[in-house]
Amino acid sequence: MRNRRKKFGSVLSNIYSYLVYLFLYLPIFVVLLFSFNTSKRNIVFEGFTFEWYLRLPDNDSLLNAYGNTLFVGCISTVIATVIGTLASYGMSKYKFKGKGIIDILLYIPVVIPEIVLGISLLAIFNLSNVPMGLTSLIIAHATFSIPFVVFTVNARLAGFDRSVEEAAMDLGAGRLKTFFTVTLPIIMPGVISGAFLAFTLSVDDIIISFFTTGPGSNTFPLKVMELTKTGVTPDVYALTTIVFIVTVAVTFLSQRDKKKPVKG
Amino acid sequence: MEERRAIVEIKNVNKIFGENHVVHDLDLTIYEGEFLTMLGPSGCGKTTILRMIGGFEEPSGGQILVEGERVEEKEPFERNVNTVFQSYALFPHMDIFNNVAYGLKMKKVKKEEISRRVKEMLALVQLNGFEKRYPSQLSGGQKQRVAIARALINRPKVLLLDEPLGALDLKLRKEMQLELKNLQKKLGITFVYVTHDQEEALAMSDRIAVMNQGYLDQLDTPEKVYEKPVTRFVADFIGESNIFEATMSEITGNTASIGLEVGYALGLAEEGVTYAPSEMVYACVRPEKVLFSQETIEGFNIKGVVREQIYVGNIIKSNVIIANGQTVKISRLDIDEVPKVGERINLYWNSDDVVIMKSRGYQIRSVIENASLGGN
Amino acid sequence: MKKNYKARNKTIPLLTTVSPVAVWLILLVAAPLLYVLFLSFLSTDGYNVVFRFTFDNYKNLINPTYMEIYANSFLIAFFTTLICILAGYPFAYHMALAGKKKKAVMMVMLMVPFWTNSLIRLNGWKTILGKTGFVNTLLLNLEMIHEPVEILYTRGAVLLGMVYTLIPYMILPLFASIDKLDRSLLEASNDLGANKVKTFLHVTLPLTFAGIFSGSIMIFIPSLGYFFVSDIMGGGKSQLIGNLIETQFKAANNWPLGASLSMMLIFLILIMVTVYKKSGGNMEDLGVM
Repeated sequence: MRNRRKKFGSVLSNIYSYLVYLFLYLPIFVVLLFSFNTSKRNIVFEGFTFEWYLRLPDNDSLLNAYGNTLFVGCISTVIATVIGTLASYGMSKYKFKGKGIIDILLYIPVVIPEIVLGISLLAIFNLSNVPMGLTSLIIAHATFSIPFVVFTVNARLAGFDRSVEEAAMDLGAGRLKTFFTVTLPIIMPGVISGAFLAFTLSVDDIIISFFTTGPGSNTFPLKVMELTKTGVTPDVYALTTIVFIVTVAVTFLSQRDKKKPVKG
Repeated sequence: MEERRAIVEIKNVNKIFGENHVVHDLDLTIYEGEFLTMLGPSGCGKTTILRMIGGFEEPSGGQILVEGERVEEKEPFERNVNTVFQSYALFPHMDIFNNVAYGLKMKKVKKEEISRRVKEMLALVQLNGFEKRYPSQLSGGQKQRVAIARALINRPKVLLLDEPLGALDLKLRKEMQLELKNLQKKLGITFVYVTHDQEEALAMSDRIAVMNQGYLDQLDTPEKVYEKPVTRFVADFIGESNIFEATMSEITGNTASIGLEVGYALGLAEEGVTYAPSEMVYACVRPEKVLFSQETIEGFNIKGVVREQIYVGNIIKSNVIIANGQTVKISRLDIDEVPKVGERINLYWNSDDVVIMKSRGYQIRSVIENASLGGN
Repeated sequence: MKKNYKARNKTIPLLTTVSPVAVWLILLVAAPLLYVLFLSFLSTDGYNVVFRFTFDNYKNLINPTYMEIYANSFLIAFFTTLICILAGYPFAYHMALAGKKKKAVMMVMLMVPFWTNSLIRLNGWKTILGKTGFVNTLLLNLEMIHEPVEILYTRGAVLLGMVYTLIPYMILPLFASIDKLDRSLLEASNDLGANKVKTFLHVTLPLTFAGIFSGSIMIFIPSLGYFFVSDIMGGGKSQLIGNLIETQFKAANNWPLGASLSMMLIFLILIMVTVYKKSGGNMEDLGVM
């Protein structure tokens, strides 16, 4: 009896989690499906075609937008990762005046609605004559990414045994040498996941980009937003499908690599 | 012996986790009012047995009866047994009063009675006035007392304790052992206590169940378990022992002559036990029972050289190497005569100080065990 | 040991590590927000900001049209949060109790949809919910309805879009808090006579409250501002505070009014976060993603 009741419960909760996944994946399946649709309007599925995939290389504005997204993503990730890692390291190691203020400033971009950060950046860029375009996008993206990098590296540093640094110094390594040969390799997983998070946030960002972009520098999400008014075309879905498959493949491979025993 | 009432009966219970057979064909009867300890190394199945009595695991086969009633189907909250968890498992979001009162609240006991009984319970574990504190504000020993009070307030028929003193330092552990024992005597409740610490088991228990790889090797009083271990594992695990591989050669009356790998000795043949000619046995002698002499002793021929001596407080331990390379341990109080390092001596003992154990059963079982584990 | 040694200089390492972030945050977080605060007290000539001090922008926040939008926005934010808690909790619970391998798989499966832009996924929903979409077709074929019903461009559709975009932000902190929960506490509660339901109410729920709270903040706040969800799913019919701000900065070009709206939001968030911190919440939990 008790066993059967437990089994029933676990079957039920499994079914429930499948439903949640269905909810999350359903629109993605629709997108995948409609990237093969002969109709230009994504309302009903009329027939199967590869046309949109074949036409993709000629679609300059779409590819350009995607290129911008990747460019902004890469550069802002590098900036955020360097600044964020240094900050996390310095703030966890040293005590200084104003640390509390930096802490609060770090939480602000995380807690306030993106739209408020977006309009404030727009306002300050406008005031200080920062050219609106890729530059402003990169600065804006780095701004909202830095705190996430700091938090991720903090989590890694929390479990970091400071005595290995002392050991390195004891063995004759200077401060810089210690950082690059001992500290950085140890906190690297945190740095990498921080960078990964920053990149994901940047590539996905809609609202802040919406306010901080300039004429001629569309990102992919902004292009989609623009198209949403008139109707998103299947070529966008085709590009999305390709990106989706690539990311899933990369994820799958990296997960599989993780399972291999680490030497050493 | 007086008639004792069984309170927990475990009948032919097995527990299998995936491919691990954790408990093998266990039969065990626990009596009302006794302090029973399940003793064994980690992974021997002792905690699993406790968890099956508590209702957190279900047996893969067999029956568990509490007060004559089968309980395998019952949820933990339907059983009249309570558990003191290894990590205390105090509710961090409740103060001590609410932690201790939890069980009574679940039973919808009246408020006045709850506060009266909580007060009583806290007095019993010497934590009067701690009602408003939170678990995080208590020391390990205090948390331990709260965990005991929280379980006992429900007036369980059986209290299950899963290595309750494991997290405490040595001194505190000794104090709590005494306190727990006294508490058990005072309340007359059955305690089933799990530990891997043989000293703790010997000090507290009425009976000890020694577990080995899922099997119950021996169930007896502390004295018996120490003096008359029935398997090599028990002899090895509890206290220090010298174990010799031997063959039975001749039995006259109750004195057995046994052949060792090098030399021979005398031992006590258990009454009613028959041995095949030249049957393989283990002879086990405690270090404090090993005697030594310059002269040869009638019936014995074990020669050795004293290699080293260690002083442990008021006890002197001597290691003697015998011809096959085996080390024989001798321990003496520092006021007694001890051999000198480098001295050649003859070893012997009183024949009733040696325990002769049949080796076959154990060997066969460990062969099966090894086979099922893939030969490890 | 040396007798006279210099106090070792920590200024240089401190400056190299901390000053970049300090400068960046002051210039790009503190300054912009202060500037917006300043803007909210300025006037406009209908096109440009005029440097004339006024409280009018704040006074203008109170008018019946806006009130309706606030109410709508809060209603949607509230129900988004509520639905995310109710739907997310059982899922997070199931995930936390799963085996190590299953847990990892479930986590990755939860993250994968994130890598497709939410605008695209919301457009997928549009196809599903439209007049000729799957849902209407299904209902028509089952003869539960006789003509297509308007599902898209309703408040319900906006709510669905919000829940869809934001539910992982609830599941993750919930999972973290349930996963952290010591299982022996649940066993202890069971042992002391509480059944599954009582154990949940007295032990699990209070101990995972922090996860619920941080998840709620991570959902409630963004859902006030996600104007694009309302644009796509509501077709502009169900306005949010986010839409209102967006309009001031883009179409209407009334920056001071937009600034005062933003200040109102910040004030609101300040209250929520203060309550969160007072009740023992950890700020870094709001940044787990």
